[in-house]
Amino acid sequence: MTKMNDPLLRVDNLTMMYGDRIGCKGVSFELRPGEVLGIVGESGSGKSTLLRSISAQQEPTKGRVEYQTRIDGTRDVYEMSEAQRRLLMRTDWAFVHQNPRDGLRMNVSAGANIGERLMAVGDRHYGNIRSSADNWLGKVEIASERLDDLPSTFSGGMQQRLQIARNLVTSPRLVFMDEPTGGLDVSVQARLLDLLRGLVHDLNLAVIIVTHDLAVARLLSHRLMVMQQGKVIESGLTDQVLDDPQHAYTQLLVSSILQN
Amino acid sequence: MEQTVNNPADNTSAYNFAYLDEQTKRMIRRTLLKAVAIPGYQVPFAGREMPMPYGWGTGGVQVTAAVIGPKDTLKVIDQGADDTTNAVSIRQFFAKTANVATTEKTAEASIIQTRHRIPEKELREDQVLVYQVPIPEPLRFLEPRETETRKMHALEEYGLMHVKLYEDIARHGHIATTYAYPVMVDDRYVMDPSPTPKFDNPKMHNMAALQLFGAGREKRIYALPPYTKVKSLDFEDHPFEVQSWDDECGMCGARDSYLDEVILDDKGNRMFVCSDTDYCSERQDAGHRGQQHHDQPLGGPKSSPSSEKAAE
Repeated sequence: MTKMNDPLLRVDNLTMMYGDRIGCKGVSFELRPGEVLGIVGESGSGKSTLLRSISAQQEPTKGRVEYQTRIDGTRDVYEMSEAQRRLLMRTDWAFVHQNPRDGLRMNVSAGANIGERLMAVGDRHYGNIRSSADNWLGKVEIASERLDDLPSTFSGGMQQRLQIARNLVTSPRLVFMDEPTGGLDVSVQARLLDLLRGLVHDLNLAVIIVTHDLAVARLLSHRLMVMQQGKVIESGLTDQVLDDPQHAYTQLLVSSILQN
Repeated sequence: MEQTVNNPADNTSAYNFAYLDEQTKRMIRRTLLKAVAIPGYQVPFAGREMPMPYGWGTGGVQVTAAVIGPKDTLKVIDQGADDTTNAVSIRQFFAKTANVATTEKTAEASIIQTRHRIPEKELREDQVLVYQVPIPEPLRFLEPRETETRKMHALEEYGLMHVKLYEDIARHGHIATTYAYPVMVDDRYVMDPSPTPKFDNPKMHNMAALQLFGAGREKRIYALPPYTKVKSLDFEDHPFEVQSWDDECGMCGARDSYLDEVILDDKGNRMFVCSDTDYCSERQDAGHRGQQHHDQPLGGPKSSPSSEKAAE
């Protein structure tokens, strides 16, 4: 059985090389159930490379990614069979893309988008699928009457919320987010963050969130990792890192935010 | 060993038997063996250019050419009919290049090549049904990448197929897919039964005859060995059902066959008639009469304006 204090995810000395160039180097950390880890850094610092390697989308050059599965105990995700890995990715894991068009099926209705994961794990009752889709639409604050509308008729913020609903419908335990608020205007961002914070808390989700926006990191994450040139240069509790940055680059990053 | 067919015009050997060269036929037969061994799995093959355009049954013709022998009797149907352009030209093609006997009678044929329909008459173990397939990939509607659909077949990830059916019910209130209705073969592969109406799906289940599917443009062959389990996909609360008609066949009075609607004039008159021409004419020969048959006296029982118009 999984104990509450066992790490859900353990990343050990993860290195991703693109030929001679460093994608990310020597990254190690542990993530516990319900914990939110923010990864911040400037563009090109290796945040997205790291996220792709952890989320089994790109095999790293070196290092291990171990996940506490529901039935099989701790497994190295790159040693699983492809079938097991893909099943894990569409049930116990979720991936929220920056651009909702990458994460949604634009040519089927919102209901079918939310229902897809349920049907993928064998749900074959139309009525049940539809009512859970409706239920999730409510949780992400989209009106029920939009259930049969195509995502292309939704606004950007609604598309992003739909993507979140579609990912959370199978009750995953670990969610990867790549700049989930990028490309949204400030008021929509605030609302989405509010919603995410509520869902993360209510569902006890473990989240790894990549962002360049320190305000997003401050609001959502418990712990923070700061990356520069592929390496983690500072990590710790979010407030600690942001209020008392030790590394010169982190100090620069924090001081570059407009203060009022 | 080359077999040739004499050209009756000048008594020269114009074509190899059944048009294709022997090496190509061997290649297609190997593909067919693999397809039969893995029911429902799409096997790639090196499809050849045929003397007809893609979409006219080049896949089916290549499969037929690979399995036909001099003693075979061939029947070709298009939308159930033996006398449509596509059916007539393919039948003549094999009569000319393989010198085989042809027939319009389902019971007399050893090989039946079809586009769109499965004959109404039950097929036997000594018969082969060859389908012409335009799009062999059932997942194509939602997943355009071939690499991805192959992986989905390999890993049995078929949830996407139900997304399509879900979308149908959400938009139309029922599963509105009426042809190319996806089926699960032998509890393993999801297969597109080509553009046959879903009315014919139940006939594929446990059929005694061998069923071969050829897609010429997409260069894929797949097969159902005799007595294979074929199940149409559905939802628990929206079970699979076939089309039904309020009318009967205007010519033979059949109520159990697939009916085509025929517009008779520009005043809204129409009639329904069996799409399987052989089935319909056999019933007529046995004395069955529909309301619009020309033997039916005008003003006969339950005569309607449309039936009067139709009577010649």
